[in-house]
Amino acid sequence: MSNPPTPTAIHVRGLEKSFKELHVLRGVDLEVARGSIFALLGSNGAGKTTLVRILSTLLKADAGTAKVNGFDVAAQAAGVRGSISLTGQFAAVDGILSGRENLVLVARLWHLKNPGAVADDLLRRFSLTEAASRRAATYSGGMRRRLDIAMSLVADPPVVFLDEPTAGLDPQARIEVWQAVRTLAQGGTTVLLTTQYLEEAEQLADRIAILHQGRVIVDGTLEELRRLLPPAKVEYVEKQPSLEDVFLAVVGN
Amino acid sequence: MATHVLSDTAVLTGRTLRHVTRSLDTIITTAITPIAMMLMFVYVFGGAVDTGPVPYVNYMLPGILLITIASGIAYTAMRLMTDMQGGIFERFQSMPIARSSVLWAHVLTSVAANVISLVLVVGVAFLIGFRPDAGVTGWLGAAGLLVLFTLALTWIAVIPGLTAKTVDGASAFSYPLIFLPVISSAFVPTATMPGPVRAFAENQPVTSVIDTLRNLLTGQPAGPGLWTALAWCAGILAVAYVLATVVYRRKVA
Repeated sequence: MSNPPTPTAIHVRGLEKSFKELHVLRGVDLEVARGSIFALLGSNGAGKTTLVRILSTLLKADAGTAKVNGFDVAAQAAGVRGSISLTGQFAAVDGILSGRENLVLVARLWHLKNPGAVADDLLRRFSLTEAASRRAATYSGGMRRRLDIAMSLVADPPVVFLDEPTAGLDPQARIEVWQAVRTLAQGGTTVLLTTQYLEEAEQLADRIAILHQGRVIVDGTLEELRRLLPPAKVEYVEKQPSLEDVFLAVVGN
Repeated sequence: MATHVLSDTAVLTGRTLRHVTRSLDTIITTAITPIAMMLMFVYVFGGAVDTGPVPYVNYMLPGILLITIASGIAYTAMRLMTDMQGGIFERFQSMPIARSSVLWAHVLTSVAANVISLVLVVGVAFLIGFRPDAGVTGWLGAAGLLVLFTLALTWIAVIPGLTAKTVDGASAFSYPLIFLPVISSAFVPTATMPGPVRAFAENQPVTSVIDTLRNLLTGQPAGPGLWTALAWCAGILAVAYVLATVVYRRKVA
């Protein structure tokens, strides 16, 4: 798969998508720089998953354009699929296969030369070596999600979509996943993650966009987002406005 | 990408076959009901049925085999539905693999699982006195017809497998198929049935398949029913395949 040099890993312009009368996306614009972690924040039903599904070619947009790694999602779907991996909200692992078999399966489907070695390497990186031969159905929630993310990295794709990667995980498992995401970005992978946990965006993201009622209403670094609020005047509170304050203020509740 | 259809299908079939071999209970469940029916018909009702000089077990085995297939494909639909619901399906769809291989893997696995069940049932039939006179061509012909029938029913099963929301929904379609052989020449010669029932029994698809199987297994010429049987199987296969493909296209957008 050729890798056309583009400054942005993900480029979205005027993206629209409706399900019957429900206008989920009403003109989304987005730019994600290569090698960055980009967090897409939004409440339930804001359209985060719809956007990710369009970017990963699972869904067709009604209007607008989207390019991933230089490939148009509508016209060059195969090129997009060769550039991405998707980790959905529900851990997409095969519970009947062992952790290692899951990884070998994905490596074979990517037509890699040495599926077993790729699997063993990822098991080590995600601390799953001991559980490698156990069926994935017996894994804890955090282990499943780690395996899920590991499966997304088998082919070392330049762009990774993580759709609510820590939804439903306990705090310990969440920290494990965060660590995995940071490791990814250090290796130069572009990560687009959706989340409704504001702390997650604060912890991980280089840039944050807030998706609300089908549009990106704010897009910037955490610092830029904080500056959106007027500085506190007379208060003696040392605490800076948290991202949560910013979110609720711009969303308008 | 087209060059990968075969290897992708092979890899994915290996995966679904593992699902079957790791839940052998599904095969045993598939085989046990027809075996129980066979024992009941042979030892309870069989004495009251006049099938001429043909031993009753020889007479009714073809019907039992079709019931075995009809109950086996319920698991095909369930395996497919589990994939659809679990997120692993979306993972495959977002990868650069041949789109059709996901479905074909399930179809080939369905044929393999049904063949195992059929062998079990035929084995028990031998134990209780089934003595076919078929030669090699007769056996090959019977096996070919059974595989064709399995393929036709499997493609029917793909449709609820793709669309059902619950396990019950995915398997409910198979109940009428399981009972179809009862209103046919499978267990009782149709001559004893009252007019409308007899008309249905003699003209429904299963009867021609059963008559042809019976002829092949008893070492007789396949008979004129062969072409009717092949036409029914091919027709059902074609219609179900087209419908399933349309549903699949819609699902994968």
